[in-house]
Amino acid sequence: MRKILQKIKLPILALVVALFVSGLLIAFSDPKVLALKGDPLSMIAKALSIAGSAYWALFRGSIYDPQLADTGFFGGLYPLSETIVVSTPLILTGLAVALAFKAGLFNIGAQGQFIVGAIGASYVGFTFELPIVLHALAAIVAAIVCAGLYGGFVGLLKARTGAHEVIVTIMLNYVASYFLLWLLSTKAFLREGRMDPIAPEVLESSRLPRLAGQDYRLHAGIFIALLAAAAVWWLLNRSTLGFKFRAVGANAKASRTAGISVAKSTTFVMVISGALAGLGGAVHILGADHALTNEVGGSFGFDAITVALLGRATPLGTVLAALLFGALRAGGLTMQATTETPLDIVLIIQALVVLFIAAPAVIKAIFRLKNVEEGQAIGSKGWNG
Amino acid sequence: MSLELRGITKRFGALTANDAIDLKVESGEIHAILGENGAGKSTLMNIVYGLLAPDEGTISVDNKVLKIESPLDALAAGIGMVHQHFMLIPVFTVAENIVLGHEKVKGPGFLDLERARREILRVSAEFNFDVDPDALVEDLPVGIQQRVEIIRALIYDAKVLILDEPTAVLTPQETDELLRNMKKLRDQGTAIVFITHKLREVREAADKITIIRRGKVVGTASPTASQEELASLMVGRPVSLDVEKNAPKLGGIALDVRNLTVRDYTGRALVKNVSFSISDGEILAVAGVQGNGQSELAEAIVGLQEHIEGEITLDGKNLAGVSVRKALHSGIAFIPESREEDGLISSFSIEENLILDLHDLPPFSNGSAISQVAVAENGVKRVAEFDIRALSPKDPASSLSGGNKQKVVLARELSRPVRLVVASQPTRGLDVGSIEFVHERIIAERDSGRAVLLFSTELDEVVGLADRIAVMYRGEFIAIVPADTSREELGLLMAGVKR
Repeated sequence: MRKILQKIKLPILALVVALFVSGLLIAFSDPKVLALKGDPLSMIAKALSIAGSAYWALFRGSIYDPQLADTGFFGGLYPLSETIVVSTPLILTGLAVALAFKAGLFNIGAQGQFIVGAIGASYVGFTFELPIVLHALAAIVAAIVCAGLYGGFVGLLKARTGAHEVIVTIMLNYVASYFLLWLLSTKAFLREGRMDPIAPEVLESSRLPRLAGQDYRLHAGIFIALLAAAAVWWLLNRSTLGFKFRAVGANAKASRTAGISVAKSTTFVMVISGALAGLGGAVHILGADHALTNEVGGSFGFDAITVALLGRATPLGTVLAALLFGALRAGGLTMQATTETPLDIVLIIQALVVLFIAAPAVIKAIFRLKNVEEGQAIGSKGWNG
Repeated sequence: MSLELRGITKRFGALTANDAIDLKVESGEIHAILGENGAGKSTLMNIVYGLLAPDEGTISVDNKVLKIESPLDALAAGIGMVHQHFMLIPVFTVAENIVLGHEKVKGPGFLDLERARREILRVSAEFNFDVDPDALVEDLPVGIQQRVEIIRALIYDAKVLILDEPTAVLTPQETDELLRNMKKLRDQGTAIVFITHKLREVREAADKITIIRRGKVVGTASPTASQEELASLMVGRPVSLDVEKNAPKLGGIALDVRNLTVRDYTGRALVKNVSFSISDGEILAVAGVQGNGQSELAEAIVGLQEHIEGEITLDGKNLAGVSVRKALHSGIAFIPESREEDGLISSFSIEENLILDLHDLPPFSNGSAISQVAVAENGVKRVAEFDIRALSPKDPASSLSGGNKQKVVLARELSRPVRLVVASQPTRGLDVGSIEFVHERIIAERDSGRAVLLFSTELDEVVGLADRIAVMYRGEFIAIVPADTSREELGLLMAGVKR
């Protein structure tokens, strides 16, 4: 228990400091606060009340909203359902990045892999007519295969030619999003009677079941995500393949010297990483969105990098970090709608969390900590890796 | 001028690297600091040179206590240092390297290299250093690069010159040359701090000897002390410096290498047309100054080099161009040159490191999952068998000392069925006790009928272990000679002088 506490101390303190600094920003970027320049006391009071109401809105938008509780306690939990809906794909893309981190690769391409997975799932979802469980499974498998190949291509290029995965994945993100845009203008994908880029809804039989009735978007995808997290944990810590991944990630030269094929490890890990991100795309389409649009990717793939970093590239950490980011995203919308604080402040909170995690010295200095476990430096291979 | 250290203490976490060290160095003397690797010699000198801050203690020059917080302070106080790993920029000329950090200008933005050039020529002439200020450092032999470092210290008026393991990278002849130059500098009044663990050199050059063991000064000795006396002071118990071994019982040919050439990715040949064979029960030691193709030859045999021509066979089976895995599993045990980089994964536990090569084979794996029980059992067994000093086999390899790290590598490599042992610098950086262990292990492998290919830059090791000696120079085997060849002759061969 103490060990766990040691491990999560730093991220939690980083979050606290980030929230504090963002609170200052929220308060002191508000003209009403600045107008009270001559009167420090009431200025501070006003600042407190503005930051307070912004964070209260953030909470109401992400976890529990008493104003929605007129139908009972569960009505108030609607925001929590939204938080989980946003977190679910983030868990999967986060796992994709975390797994690659562990194997010494920096997979910036979760965004593209997510999109490719969403395309695959969507196509199977609205094209074929299959029995209920089978249809969802087929759509998911399609997503995994498409995105796995898309990711594996990067691994293969790196293994064969040494092409740096960061460059290749960045480029493939563009390829994926423009490919999607083009697809949505083709006959096969464009919904009948629509001019804007949106595909037909996936058939009822392929959708993931909603868990709390039709009023809540909460769907079974969260179980898939948690299952995937458990699977990644097993892969990394118990399996033979995962041993190779970790060995290559920790010291590729020693692994090679001991007879482990670095090229194979690189290729396989990118296949699995891509498949995880693609699964995220599938779950999002089949569970939440139902219809493919050019905006399907959102920033799931990019936030995934931050999520994996915050979660120290461990499966459990990634799940927790994804839930946090899901909450910030979901709550940020309410915050923007009900207070004058813009959604962008959420981005600042995210950025600050990462900054403080990446520079633990700051947090240690503020809280005068000694001997806090910093965890392994992850993915910091630079450009020569 | 005199340099005096009083009560210098430096701790790294729980480890006390320097424990209340007192030391006095006077001008006109060569003061050797003798100690094993990890005894705290380098830490001490890094403190003197301002690279580390001491936790306690004072440094004074000419009885004035100084605060030395950076190498600039040290240089200003007249302390110069030549590091074990040279601090030179290979693509810069000698003159450019020497002005680095102290650039003088003729006018705004115009570097005054002329002055540095004159200074270099002056110092170089004074000591017969024969250094061309306009040569690119990367083109210079290691011995000359070291002179560049010394010139740099002298130009900045060093009265105390610290030499950190200066002979580690030199041929025997270059070493003699360096020792001569050190004496010349001493006679002109420079105080020289000579850090080393090589007894022969200490006895030859030092005026005073201070011995450090586990961070403490354990005594002083006069240069007339015998090697055995110095060694036992250094290690803290009587040691025998000779390797005991019986005459070899040779079997059939195990490893046969024909016309092997190894190229880097640019096509430059690093190993040139090398042919040799090793019999069962024989140790072939490859002597040579570091960087003459030894590493590449060793790597080529285990399949770590990509661009090779020629034949490599073990027991008649082809090894050229096969994967590392295939090479290892056809009976090669490989002790790589760098334990930290190639031998171990520091963040992995000891037991995991012990199965790096076998993790996907029974009994450690059923094909998909790793058996934690089998890994743990193997860990306990090997740790006991090889006397690896660790609190638990589940501790990370990074927590081990150098000697114990090497034992982990040995334990792993010798746990497969072995036909040939390829050992690259197997005792580099190890303490005397671990060196004895490694040597005994290598002899034991040979005596049980295995072929051994040993690469070493330590002439003592080569002479002590070899049944035959090959000398490597610029990628070639310039000679294969009997084990009783004289050191002088080996030294000449190592410098590329053919008979």
